[in-house]
Amino acid sequence: MAEVKVDSKVTVVALVENEPGVLNRIASLFRRRAFNIDSLTVGRTHRPHISRMTIRVDAGPEYARKIATNLQKLVNVIDVRVIDNEPHVERDLALIKVRNDDADSRNTITEICDRYPARIVDVGPKVAIIEMVGTEDIIEEFIEQVRPIGIVEMIRTGVVSMGRGTRIHDTNFINRRTLVEAAAKARSSNGHNV
Amino acid sequence: MKLKGSEIIMESLLREGVDVMFGYPGGAILPTYDAMSQYEDRLHHVLVRHEQGASHMADGYARATGEVGVCIATSGPGATNLVTGLATAMMDSSPIVAITGQVPIPAIGSDAFQETDVTGVTLPITKHNYLVTDVRELAYTIKEAFHIARTGRPGPVLVDVPKDVQNAETEFIWPDDDIVLPGYDPPWAAQTHEIEAALRLIAEAERPIILAGHGIIMSGAMNEVRELAERAQIPVSLTLLGKGAMPEDHPLVIGMMGMHGEASSNLAIQEADLLIALGMRFDDRVTGNLKTYAQNARKIHIDIDRSEINKNVRADVGIAGDLKTVLTQLLPKLEGKSHPAWIGQIRDWLEDSSERDILNYETPGILLTAQVVNDIWKLTGGDAITVTDVGQHQMLEAQYYPHQRPATLLTSGGLGTMGFGFPAAIGAKFGKPDEEIWAIVGDGGFQMTLCEMATAVQENVNVNIAIINNNFLGMVRQWQELFFEKRYQATPMVNPDFCKLADAYGIPNRCVTQRDEIEEAVRFAQDIDGPTLIEFVVEKEEMVYPMVPAGADLHDMKRRPKPGEA
Repeated sequence: MAEVKVDSKVTVVALVENEPGVLNRIASLFRRRAFNIDSLTVGRTHRPHISRMTIRVDAGPEYARKIATNLQKLVNVIDVRVIDNEPHVERDLALIKVRNDDADSRNTITEICDRYPARIVDVGPKVAIIEMVGTEDIIEEFIEQVRPIGIVEMIRTGVVSMGRGTRIHDTNFINRRTLVEAAAKARSSNGHNV
Repeated sequence: MKLKGSEIIMESLLREGVDVMFGYPGGAILPTYDAMSQYEDRLHHVLVRHEQGASHMADGYARATGEVGVCIATSGPGATNLVTGLATAMMDSSPIVAITGQVPIPAIGSDAFQETDVTGVTLPITKHNYLVTDVRELAYTIKEAFHIARTGRPGPVLVDVPKDVQNAETEFIWPDDDIVLPGYDPPWAAQTHEIEAALRLIAEAERPIILAGHGIIMSGAMNEVRELAERAQIPVSLTLLGKGAMPEDHPLVIGMMGMHGEASSNLAIQEADLLIALGMRFDDRVTGNLKTYAQNARKIHIDIDRSEINKNVRADVGIAGDLKTVLTQLLPKLEGKSHPAWIGQIRDWLEDSSERDILNYETPGILLTAQVVNDIWKLTGGDAITVTDVGQHQMLEAQYYPHQRPATLLTSGGLGTMGFGFPAAIGAKFGKPDEEIWAIVGDGGFQMTLCEMATAVQENVNVNIAIINNNFLGMVRQWQELFFEKRYQATPMVNPDFCKLADAYGIPNRCVTQRDEIEEAVRFAQDIDGPTLIEFVVEKEEMVYPMVPAGADLHDMKRRPKPGEA
C-alpha cells in the first residue's frame, strides 16, 4: 500500500448515503490507506438521501481498483465507479479574482474571456471576478492566460464527472429513515407491536 | 408499548440472541445499567475491572462461538478503554458489538464531562459505527449493528447512545423485515468462469499448496477444504489464525507458515507452482519479502473481502465470495490428482525440521516453554481451547499445541495485542462453558490485564491461567539478541510473585520450575471448578525457531542448529 506512484490521476465517482459523517469516513479511508486526494467534491443528487462524490486521486490505474474496493467496503457507500475508462463529461469551476485597475487589464480580460467558456461575474474599480467552467486542462490553460494580468484570489470546486450515454450511475432505494417511520406508523395503527 | 431507550437496548440485545455482556458502568451509560436490573434473569452482565477487558472478553466469546460478543461502557474514558479491543477485533475479523454511553445530545461538542468523540475515535478500527440521535432509530440501529458485525467479513461495530436517548421513550418496534443497506452487499458465490479458471490451475499444478486461513473457520468450510485437499492431494499450510481449519494430525497438514512457521511450510510455499489461498490475506508476517514470495507459483485467492484480493499478492484467479459457498461450487467438478514427488519432498523437509525440534534435545536443569506447552497439550488430550497472549509463548503454542478442531486456538494475530489472552479466555468460557479453557500468557502481557482476576473470581469462571514467566519480554529480547547485539533495553522484568498475587485474589495456584512438576500442577488446575493459576518459571533466553527476520525472504530462515552442530 505504501508505494503510491504519482504518474497519473484516477477519477472515482461514488454514490453515498446522505448521512452525517460520511465525508469523514471517506476522508479517513483515503488517509489510512495512503491514497492522495487531488480533489473531492460532494453534492446532493435528485434523490435527497443520496449524495454523489467525485474524487480525483493522484494514483495510477493500478490503484483505481484498490480505491474502489476499499470505498465499496464502507457501509454508507452505495456504489462506486472508476470513470476514467468510459466516455464521460467532466467539469471544474474556478472563480478567479484578477486585477482590473487599468484599461489595459480590462481589455485583456475581456479578450481572454471571449476565447474561453468564461464570463466576468463581478466588476469593481480595482478587481473583477471571472467564472470559468470547463475540464481541468482548459481551466489550467485559462489560468496561465490570466496570470500575467495579476491573480489576487482564486478558488476551484474540483472536478465533477458523469458518464456519457445510457449507462446510468444511479440507484433507487428506500431511505432507511423513511422505512423505519413507515413501519412504525403501519404497526402502531395495527396495534402490532411488542 | 412505550419503552425507554435503555430498555430498548436490552430488548434488542435479547432479540439478537445475546445472553451475556461484558461491561463497566459510568455516568453516561447509567440509565442502561438501571434497565439491566429488569433483565437480570435473561441477560447476564459481567462486571470487568477495566473496559479493555470487556472488549477482549466480547472478542474471546465471539471467536469461541462464532456468535456476536457484546461489550458495554460509559462515555469518554470508558469508551476509549475499549479501543484496543476494537482494533484487535477489527484486525482479526471478530464480530463484536460495543455499546457506549455518550453525553446528552445538547452537550455534544461542548467538551462536557467525560465527553469524547467516540465515533470519530473508533472510525478506522470498527467495521462501522453509529451515533444514535433519535430514540426511534435505536432498535433498528442495533439490529443493523449485529447484522453488519456478523455478516460478510465480520468485525466490530460500535453504537454510541447519548444519555438522553437512553432516557427518551418511544414505541418499541422490533423490525422484523430484512435490513435495508443499499451500500452493504457482501459477495457470496463465484461466477462460473472463475470456478473454471480455478479448476484449470489446480489441474495444471504439479506442486500445489493450500494456504488455510481464518476465513475457513468463520465460513465453516472445514469439510470442503479437507475434501479439496484430499481429492487433489494438496498439502495444507496453516496461518496462525487458520489453526484448527484442518486437523493438525492430518497427513496433508504441513504446519504453520510465516515468520515462525514450519520450515517445511515456508520452503513448500517458495517451491510451489500453485498457491490456493483460502480465507487468508497475505499478511507481512506470512509472506516475508513480497518481491521474492512464491515466485514460481500461480495464485488462486478466495476471500470474502474483495479489497484483499490483489492487495499484497497478485492473484491469477481472484474470487470474492463466501468460502464454503465457493468451494461447494468448485468441488463437484474437481478431479482427483496425486503429487507423490512433491509430497515426498515436503516429507523430507518435515523430517529435517523434527531433527531440530527442541523437544529432542537434552536440556537438563532448565524448563522450556516448548516443554510446558507440549505437556499441557498432552495433559488436555489436545482438546482444550487455548487462548494466548502475544510473543514467544504464542508462537511456541502454535508450534507445540496441535489443534484438531476449529476455534480452539484464540489468539491476537493481526494486531498482536498483549493483554488479550486472559480476558479473551474469560469471554471464551462464557461462550463455551463445557470446554476446558487455558489462558497461556507471558509474564509481560498478563500484567497488562491481570486485574481481570477479580472478574474471574467474582463470576467463578473456570479458566486455567498458565503464566510462562521468563522475567523478560521474551520476543522483544529475541529480536534484541539477533538484531541489536543483545542490548536488552527495557526487556528484563522485575515481576511480582504471581502466586502470592493469585492468593490475594483468592485464586488457587501452583508454581512450577521443573518439568516433572508440570503434570501435578495441570491436574491440580483441572480438578478445580473455578479460576486457577500456574506460574511456569522458564528459561530466560529461550529462542523461537525457525525465524524469518522481518522483511527477509520467506526461505531465508534462521534455524535452530541440529544437535551436535551447535
